[in-house]
Amino acid sequence: MSTKVTVIDYGIGNLHSVLKALHHLGATVELTGSPQRVAAADHLVLPGVGAFSDGMKGLTARGLAEPIARACEAGRPFLGICLGMQMLLSESDEFGKHAGLGLISGRVVAIDAQGMKVPHVGWNHIAPPAGGSWPDTALDGTAPGTMFYFVHSFVAAPSDPKHRLAETPFGNQKLCAAVKRDNITGFQFHPEKSGPAGLALLSRFLSA
Amino acid sequence: MLTKRIIACLDVKDGVVVKGTRFAGHQVVGEILELAQRYRDQGVDELIFYDITASPDGRRVSKKWVENVARVIDVPFCVAGGIRSVGDAKEILHSGADKISINSPALENPGLISELAAVFGNQCVVVGVDSKRQNDDFAVYRNTGSESKIQESGRRTLEWIAEAERLGAGEIVLNCMNQDGTGSGYDVEQLAQARAQLTIPLIASGGARKVDHFERVFRDAGVDGALAAGAFHRGELTIPDLKVELRKRGLEVRL
Repeated sequence: MSTKVTVIDYGIGNLHSVLKALHHLGATVELTGSPQRVAAADHLVLPGVGAFSDGMKGLTARGLAEPIARACEAGRPFLGICLGMQMLLSESDEFGKHAGLGLISGRVVAIDAQGMKVPHVGWNHIAPPAGGSWPDTALDGTAPGTMFYFVHSFVAAPSDPKHRLAETPFGNQKLCAAVKRDNITGFQFHPEKSGPAGLALLSRFLSA
Repeated sequence: MLTKRIIACLDVKDGVVVKGTRFAGHQVVGEILELAQRYRDQGVDELIFYDITASPDGRRVSKKWVENVARVIDVPFCVAGGIRSVGDAKEILHSGADKISINSPALENPGLISELAAVFGNQCVVVGVDSKRQNDDFAVYRNTGSESKIQESGRRTLEWIAEAERLGAGEIVLNCMNQDGTGSGYDVEQLAQARAQLTIPLIASGGARKVDHFERVFRDAGVDGALAAGAFHRGELTIPDLKVELRKRGLEVRL
């Protein structure tokens, strides 16, 4: 039987690619902005490109923050992508201070350019943080050094280092590329735009 | 470290992919979806589709093929062609494109760059610039998709790209017209000068045929991506061979 996955529609950005990738993997995909449907979901995906405050406004205006939190507490597989990952954190500095969903404690801050180009756009490697590893995570089976497609100007800074699942090199810094707490995973990069390597990650998420 | 991007460019005219030399004499080279899929399978990092008839004809790129491309492609792609408003851009982005590129409409209304960046974020907004050498300087041309309507815009290239960045462009694609379709290599000198004007990514376009051309433009002009059309369409250079060779020569590319 194919996995049922609910993609949260909160009125922002282009959901096309995520839906297409999930369909391609054989999932039964539901796109919804209904709090009841989100509360009843099996697997949840929170996609999104755009500004943090617009995203949070979209979620709260539709009454989605609470059912998302409950689904996460209930242990359902949850995947945030790009802005959908950033909104998992407590707070963002993007165009003023804005509260996030607070499911992973920490902040979203502007990338410190240090002479590099921002936005961070293109294909970059990911690897576990020093001392970290990926067995039994959404990145299980992905070789460190695999490349994914990034496009962002802000970056997550989880307060607990163990919530930092993957990093990507940026000049002398390492940017947070993925977060994880229990059943909640977030990717800063776009698996749906990362060719076969990205599809493999989504497939792993669907089998969780 | 971010890898250097290899980008395939598909000039679309009347629903098929065409290629000209120095922006003229366009010949049909293939079907949109077939070429897009082939380049994706070969490991292209990004695709750019230019509806080269859209601006001169005063119409917008048709949405249907954008949806079809989005259905088969799982790497980023950018669409250009007569996007004149936030509404136009929204339609293209909601059809599945990751970025939109504006060229002639930005020259007519530079404020459009800021409007698009405010609504979609600057990562979505690419400004394409068609530039021709003029004495010791570089001049911006517009409506370059039509042999009868092409004209000088009156702007200097290096000033225009800096202005585009200030207005909110997230990336510049610089088409060096003297090189276009010649296979004689990128205009490294012009691209290096352009690179020095910008803090956003710069994509080189025009003149690629050999691995050496890519190596030089990455090393000597410091561009972030390099685009080719004819060399890929005609099979003179395949993306996997190009990337393997660039990696051997010490450049970071995605294999």
